[in-house]
Amino acid sequence: MTKLPTWADLVLVPLISLVLAAAISALVILGIGGDPVEAVKVMVDGALGSPYGWGYTLYYTTSFIFTGLGVTVAYHAGQFNIGGEGQAQLGGLGVALVCLALPWPHWTLALPAAMVGAALFGAAWAAVPAWLQAKRGSHIVITTIMFNYIAAALIVYLLVEVLRPAGQMDPATPRFPKGAALPGFHEIPGLSAIFTSKVPANVTFFVALLACVGVWLLLWRTRLGYEIRAFGKSNSAARYAGISPVKVILLSMLISGGLSGLMAINNVMGEAGRLLQNSAEGAGFIGIAVALMGRNHPLGVFLAAFLFGFLYQGGAEMGLWTSIPIELRLLVQGLVILFTGALDTMVRMMIAPFFRPRRKEAA
Amino acid sequence: MDYATLLQILASTLRLATPLLLACLAGLYSERSGIFDIGLEGKMLMAAMASGAIAAMTGSAWIGLAAGIGASLLLAALHGVASITFRGNQLISGVALNFVASGATVLIAQALFQQGGRTPPLTGAARFEPLALPFVDTLKGVPLFGPFYAQVLSGHSILVYLALAAVPASWWLLYRTRFGLRLRAVGENPESVDTAGVSVIRLRYTAVALTGVLCGVAGAYMATALQAGFGREMTAGRGYIALAALIFAKWRPWSALWATLLFGFLQALALRPDVIEGTLHMKIPVSFLDALPYILTVIVLAGFVGRAIPPRAGGEPYVKER
Repeated sequence: MTKLPTWADLVLVPLISLVLAAAISALVILGIGGDPVEAVKVMVDGALGSPYGWGYTLYYTTSFIFTGLGVTVAYHAGQFNIGGEGQAQLGGLGVALVCLALPWPHWTLALPAAMVGAALFGAAWAAVPAWLQAKRGSHIVITTIMFNYIAAALIVYLLVEVLRPAGQMDPATPRFPKGAALPGFHEIPGLSAIFTSKVPANVTFFVALLACVGVWLLLWRTRLGYEIRAFGKSNSAARYAGISPVKVILLSMLISGGLSGLMAINNVMGEAGRLLQNSAEGAGFIGIAVALMGRNHPLGVFLAAFLFGFLYQGGAEMGLWTSIPIELRLLVQGLVILFTGALDTMVRMMIAPFFRPRRKEAA
Repeated sequence: MDYATLLQILASTLRLATPLLLACLAGLYSERSGIFDIGLEGKMLMAAMASGAIAAMTGSAWIGLAAGIGASLLLAALHGVASITFRGNQLISGVALNFVASGATVLIAQALFQQGGRTPPLTGAARFEPLALPFVDTLKGVPLFGPFYAQVLSGHSILVYLALAAVPASWWLLYRTRFGLRLRAVGENPESVDTAGVSVIRLRYTAVALTGVLCGVAGAYMATALQAGFGREMTAGRGYIALAALIFAKWRPWSALWATLLFGFLQALALRPDVIEGTLHMKIPVSFLDALPYILTVIVLAGFVGRAIPPRAGGEPYVKER
């Protein structure tokens, strides 16, 4: 098959996948009697038409950056981590335990501590599947799926039986102390001029941007990053070069789980202010779509996370104001994963004829 | 726990194990042919919606079943195209189709019935009714076995018996026919099958189609027999439990029966916390019972209780030599 130029592979393939997913979604909307143009208008207006909409879009973007980066780091090591959802939920547990442990005086102290808690718990939840893959060869995809379910059951148990304060009906932890509340965009000097009403987007957004840079540095500027990428490209070559498979699998999965866990500072600490059931709300799974769409590069992950942030906020508004159910988001998410992750060969074949080297014509 | 309670739990074990068994056998065909399928969940969900919707419209559970199988086959075909023809990543394709199914089922059900993504409750012939096995009355007097026969074995819908019959049928198909031999070979060593002049592509598509049919029956059972109609996310992770059971059973039909019965038993117990407390004299959290199938699967995967070795060519697209 014709090899595509790098820019086509990096930009054109995800874009065409997106167009295909959008086209099918539009057909589905038509099929169920909706108006796709109207739907897009409502989505754009709801997600990007006001500071309030932006506040939600960027809030979702923040979560998806973390889970997307998590999938990315594991992917470079050749590990497909579907466990982001469970790792994010455990990260939430870590955040809750840290926030409830002390009467935090100020968020600048609480945030670093909570980040450590989130990353540690997320990484711990990834550690068992990673160890089983590295040492016993148990397939990481299956074990991480199993760990998602075990995480959900564990969190339900802890919230109902252990962490719920006496006399409270709903299964959730007590509210975090005031000093552990992260400032939202409406409370940050400068930004508060734009975001006049309360929005869920908070300082975690900037942590997420730093995480993008950090992951880029890790993967392309450190020895460990080189080992991870080499191992992902060819197990046998990496082994021959003296790279330890056990070390690469374990470390890449721990970092991946830690990044997914870090998502919890955005939703648990930044937004809810307490740990609820199903706190990750599927963001762990969206990380898969974000990483695939973003071609497993931090910059791509940022852009794809923003796209899905738009899709999530816009989809919610669409569910509110039109007759199209909010579940359209899941359909788009599935289609994007399908085209970018499983049918990418088809997409490449579609555009390959345009890049075929021209035959020199005999004069 | 007295005998009557035990019989109740065993009867509900059989009811709850049926969709797991069907989905587990479904996965068995696909994975034995070398195509991983994480999308059992999505296929079941799609089939449940289609069968619930069509049964509600036509008033016939059988037409509903056919629609369910059709819907499941559609997703199976997509999975086949992505993973066989375009040699895409089978795991990603499965994950993607699960999301597509979660979204599409609610969208379609809402568009058809405007009942919040549900299908209307099914009554009469739109549901598979319980069947009484022969000689129930004659055997009633037999101690122990009589009540067991009447309450546990008899009184299920025809799909339950179909699922049970699928176990020996699958065993026979896999181990006693030429097709079965080739199917198992294509999952272990596709080159050898190709060398023998048998089409790898066609064998794998056939296996994926069989997976589609069985998932279709499983989904239709959920919506038209176990419950009366489709509700959003009604399969509730059963596709993944079936996947777990498949590993637990080490990709073998008879073991699949025992594994799904065990997981069905755990689900039945989770519905009766009072019985557990009465028997063990201690409180076992329901969450723990919910998580047990997954924990058991991880232990099996870890290779501590007999190693589970998947088909060797699983997950790898076949590229024919030229």
